[in-house]
Order: sequence, then C-alpha cells, then structure tokens
Amino acid sequence: MSAHDANRMLAALRRISALIRKESWQLLRDPSSIAIGIVMPIALLVLFGYGINLDVKNVPVAIVMEDNSAEARGVASVFELSDYFSAMPVKTMAEAREMLMSSRANAIVRIPADFARTLKLGNAEVQVIVNGADSNTARISLGYAQGAVAVWAAKEAARTGNPGGLINIESRLWFNEANDSTYFLVPGLIVLVMTLIGAMLTALVMAREWERGTFEALFVTPVNSFEILLGKTVPYFLLGLAGLALCVAGSTLLFGVPLRGSLVILTVVSMLYLLVALGLGLVISSATKNQFIASQVTMFVTFLPAMMLSGFMFDPRSMPVAVQMITYIFPARYFVTLLQTLFLAGNIWNVILPNAAVLAGMATALLALSVKLTRKRIA
Amino acid sequence: MLASLLRIVTLIRKELLVILKDPKSRASLVLPPILQCLIFGYAATYDLNTVPYALIDLDRSATSRELISKLEGSGIFQRQATLAQTGQAVTLLDTKKVILVIVVERDFERQLASGSSSAVQVIADGRNSNTSGVAQGYANTIIADFAADWRSRKGISGPAVQVTTRAWFNPQLETRWTMIPSLIGTITMMMTMMLTAMSVAREREEGTFEQLLVAPFTPTEIMVGKAVPSMIVGIAQSSAILMVALFWFQIPFAGSLLTLYLGLALFLAAAIGFGLFLSSLAANMQQAMILCFMFLMPFMLLSGLMSPTDNMPEVLQYVTMINPLKYAISITRRVYLEGAHLTELLPDMLALVVIAAVTMPISAWMFRHRLN
Repeated sequence: MSAHDANRMLAALRRISALIRKESWQLLRDPSSIAIGIVMPIALLVLFGYGINLDVKNVPVAIVMEDNSAEARGVASVFELSDYFSAMPVKTMAEAREMLMSSRANAIVRIPADFARTLKLGNAEVQVIVNGADSNTARISLGYAQGAVAVWAAKEAARTGNPGGLINIESRLWFNEANDSTYFLVPGLIVLVMTLIGAMLTALVMAREWERGTFEALFVTPVNSFEILLGKTVPYFLLGLAGLALCVAGSTLLFGVPLRGSLVILTVVSMLYLLVALGLGLVISSATKNQFIASQVTMFVTFLPAMMLSGFMFDPRSMPVAVQMITYIFPARYFVTLLQTLFLAGNIWNVILPNAAVLAGMATALLALSVKLTRKRIA
Repeated sequence: MLASLLRIVTLIRKELLVILKDPKSRASLVLPPILQCLIFGYAATYDLNTVPYALIDLDRSATSRELISKLEGSGIFQRQATLAQTGQAVTLLDTKKVILVIVVERDFERQLASGSSSAVQVIADGRNSNTSGVAQGYANTIIADFAADWRSRKGISGPAVQVTTRAWFNPQLETRWTMIPSLIGTITMMMTMMLTAMSVAREREEGTFEQLLVAPFTPTEIMVGKAVPSMIVGIAQSSAILMVALFWFQIPFAGSLLTLYLGLALFLAAAIGFGLFLSSLAANMQQAMILCFMFLMPFMLLSGLMSPTDNMPEVLQYVTMINPLKYAISITRRVYLEGAHLTELLPDMLALVVIAAVTMPISAWMFRHRLN
C-alpha cells in the first residue's frame, strides 16, 4: 500500500469516526432511544417472564354433584386437590351453566346421578364442559380433566383388583424438563428487541433525515454514501448488542433459562440478525422517506412477523403449508430457530450452519441494496 | 356553542384531509388491518394438524402393532422413522425432524394382559412447550382410547370411566375462533393510537401545533378535532376486520351488532384518549412512536390475547386494570362467541368510560401547558 492510499484510508476512518461520534451524541441525547434500547428490553423481559404464561393453573371449575356416593366424592376430590383446578361444588347443572355464562367458571365437571351404579357395570360417565371462547386454555383444561379422571380410575381399579388393560403413559419433555413456557418465550424475546432497535429505530431516524433534508446536506460533504451508512448504523448496532446482553443476562440469571449452547455462537448469530434488521431499516427508510409511513411499514414487515410468524409465540408447524412458506421470507424465522436451539438444545451444527448462512446472505443483500439506494439519490 | 361545534367540524375536515389526501397513507390505513387479520388468522394457532414422530417398538407384538395403527389411523401422526433404540432418536429430535418419539416398552403386550400396567413412553421436543404439550395430549388421548377398546373387547368390566367432553361457544376448540374476534380490538388499537399520537407529534415537529393553539380554538376543541377523525378511521378498520371474520373465516356471530359497536366505540374513545395523552408527552414523531410502542406492547401482552390474564401475578393484574385492550377483548370475544348481553358487559364498558374520561381531559390540559 502506498503512502497516498494509507492517507486516504486514514482520512476515511476519521470521517467515519466523526460521523459515529455525531450520531452517538444524537442517540444518547434523545431519551426515547435509551428508552427503546434499555428500558424496553427490561420491560419485555418482565412482561414475558412473569406476565405471559401459556401454562394453565387454577382453572375455576364448577363441579356438579348429582350423585353423592363415595365414588362421586372421590372424583370430585381429585379436582379439589389438583393444582390445575380451583373447584367450586354446586348442586345443579343450571347453577353451573349460570357460572360459566357469567365467566365465574371456565369449565363444568358433571358427575351424573347414576355414577356409582354405572361404575360397577363398567360404563360410568363424567361430563366435562369447557368455555371454548379461549380455545387454548379450554383445550389444556380438557386434557388435565381427562388426566385427573384417569388417575382416579386407575387408583380405583388397583383398589378393587385389577383385571388388566392399563397403559401407563410416561411423558418426557426434552430440552425443557420443567414444561415451562418461559423457557421458549424469554430467549425468543431477543428477536423482538433486536428488531425494534435494528429495524424500527434505524428506519425512524433515517426517515427523519430524509424528511428534514439533512441527508442531502451530508451528501455535499466529502463523505461518501458507504461512510454515511456505516457512521449511521454503528451506534445502533452497539445499542442492539447492549439489548442482547440485557436479554441474555435477564433470561439466564433472572428466569433460570439454561444456555446450553455457546455464548460466542449466540453473539455471532445475533450480530448477523442485527445486520439484517439494520439493512431492512435502511432500505425501508430510503424507500419511504417519511417517518409515519416508515414506521407503519417497519411494523408490518419486521416487527409483526417477528412476533407472529417466527416461531417465537406460534409454532410454524401449526400453520397451513402456504403460511409456512411465507414464514421463510422473514429473517426472524431463522433467528428464532437459532435462539431456541442454542438456549435449550445446545450447539447443534446441523441447525446452526444453514440458518446462520441464510441470515448472512440476507444481511449482505440488504446492506448492498441500502448502499445502492443511498447512492442513487446523489445522482 | 354552535360556533364551537363549527370550529370542531372544520378541524375534523382538515384532519381527515391530512389523513386521506396522500394515497400512500390512505393505503396504510386499510390494507395492513386486513392483511394482518388474514395472516394472524392463519398463523396464530396452537392447533397441530400433523405430528411428525419417530417410533421405537421394543415389544414387536400384535398388540403394539395394533396400537401403532390406531395412532397413525388418526391421520395426525406421521411416522418419519422406525428405530431400534432411543439413541438414534436424539438426532431426529435435535434437528426438529420429529416432535415426538414414541417408545413401546418391552413386554407391553404381556403386561397389558396380566394387569400390571404396561408402558408407553412419549418423548417430546420441549423447545416449544406449547406445541409439545398439544402433541403429547393427542398421543395420550389415542392411547387411552386404545386401552378402553382393549378392555371392552376382553369383556372386562369394573371401574372404567368414560370422560365425555364438550366445548361451548367453540365446539372444535379452534384457536382461530378465539383469535380473530380479539384481533378486532388489537389491530384497531395499534393503528388508531399511533395515528392520533403521530398526528399531534407531526404538527409539533412542523410547528403548526402552535398555530392551532393561537387560533381561536380551545384545547378541548383541538382534542375533539383530533379524536373524532381517529374514531372514524378506527370504526372503519374494525368493520373491515369484522367482515374478514364473518365472510372469509366464517366464524358464526352469536351476539348483537349493536352491543359490539357500542363496546368498540367506548374502546376507541379510551384508546384514542391514551394516544392523545402520549402525544402530549412527546416532542417529536420519533418520541411519539416510541412512547406508543412502550404502551402498546404491555397492552397487547397483558390483554388476554395470548394468555389469560387470570394466570398473571397479582401485581400485573392490577396493571391490566388500566388496559383498554383487556376490556375490548373481553367484550368482543363474549359478544361474538358467547352472545353476551349488554347487562353482562356493563363492568367492562364502564371501565372503558372511566379510562376515556381520565385520559382525554388530562391531554387537553397538557396541550396548553406544554407550550410554556
């Protein structure tokens, strides 16, 4: 490298560092950036860690005791002792119906009048009715109710001498032995935080520059478009990494989520996703050049898919095939797979390499596109 | 009085012009709600249509084969591999090729007949505990049915209890039926709160808000002039989502439209009240946007949309009391699916009135005081 080249490199570096300094000041002086970079991750951690719980406990259930035999009371006591239910005994079906309609009970367990008699004949029946308006809680409650009755029946069978026909189902949950939804929700949060900082904040900041015309002002200075973009994105990249550190610390220390994979790999893939998000934010802002529209588009293209289509809350395997295909368009899908695997399963290279490769490809394409879009404006 | 009304009407006309004149912003009002409703309608589901699984049959008896054919006959369980030992299943679970590994233990048939309990192991990928829970539930139900069949074929009487189940208001327990009515409130709130907050913030950023304040408008008039257009947009958006629910997803509507719209109007007033309040705090559009987000996220998460509010810790349950979306979801779900009457919904509606009655005057007061 000649001395001339070295000088030019040095000058470029100085220009970039000046831009970074300016942008960092701007970022630090605006309380809303700190809010989204620091306060938001903490708030999300607390909300998801404590607030969102897909596991069902203490379902209020009305128990209609039409039979008062020892056997019927036995079934009722299973519900009374279970952590999953909070049982409220009532006399008539009409009463129970009233409780369900007024949302005081979410389920009804009806033990019919001939329960003890039919039990001896081997065809006893217990009726379980749930309020399907909340389908997920309803389905889980139904499962627990069936389980509770089956446990009672097995005990009763053992007590009265068992003629066979019992299958013991041993359920085991790998990667998440505690069956705790926090385990997959809290690591998944990283995708939301990164999307907010990387895409949403960048899109807004850049759109404002376009809106106010300060971008054009930068063009007349000796910096080139690549340097501008680099200067603009580095502070947000760092803010994103701070958000990542907060999320990882919060989920492992506060909520005891295991991190079975390597922290280095986690950081590397998160950086890749952050680059993709920054690229999206840059492309959207230079395509819209309007803060309100940029915010709407970013919300629709990055944040909502990260929440709904990534596997963070809803498993893509549950979706129709066409929608499953759509999920592959969004980078968040790959990142969530990586997060869940790295946190709960470990360094599984068969999963890590292909997903990381897709993110790297997307990052390169988007950043190249944003440089091109910015350059085009000068001409 | 009449003069004041006329002033408000001019403000509303001006506001609607700002919102509707730009084709890009017009499109951003109508398309996203409908698209979101469609995507979430298909994506936001906890139901599993197929469960890819790996089988390890250590018993290899007639009975174990019968159990497996019953499992696969359901059409839900799709075997990806037949293995000889558990070790091989690890890679399949790790790489997400299968959700479940079902192991039929040695001596399954003999123990079933002898009366000691025979064992089936169901191992699930817990990375998404919800999916695995649903898959395990399916497996448990089919295995329990098989056991009951086996008993009745052998003519064994004795304490066998049949559990008959029914779900009211949503007989197939489809997540979509729960989700879409809740989206009417959720999507509309996201759009209207932002629209309101951003419209005030834009005027502040461009300096036109000061002009409004020196013009012969009272802060209350300005507030009403900003709230009514958002209200109109909000009603239009909820109607669009309602149409998608009724005609695209064909979810039967059990209640009264009048009650639903009354609830929606109160909800929009409360949500817009929040939007105005946030806009009175923000100095520019970026701050307004981020403030909206900081409120929208908790509102969505603590609303009962994704998980019931009853499960939350007590402290958070108090927080949910100021959340307009919580009441909106309760109202829309109950009117739409349960056909609830106005009298049953009064507590929810009252809460919304209170929220609107608190946030709106505060923001009108703030409009004036931010100026100093």
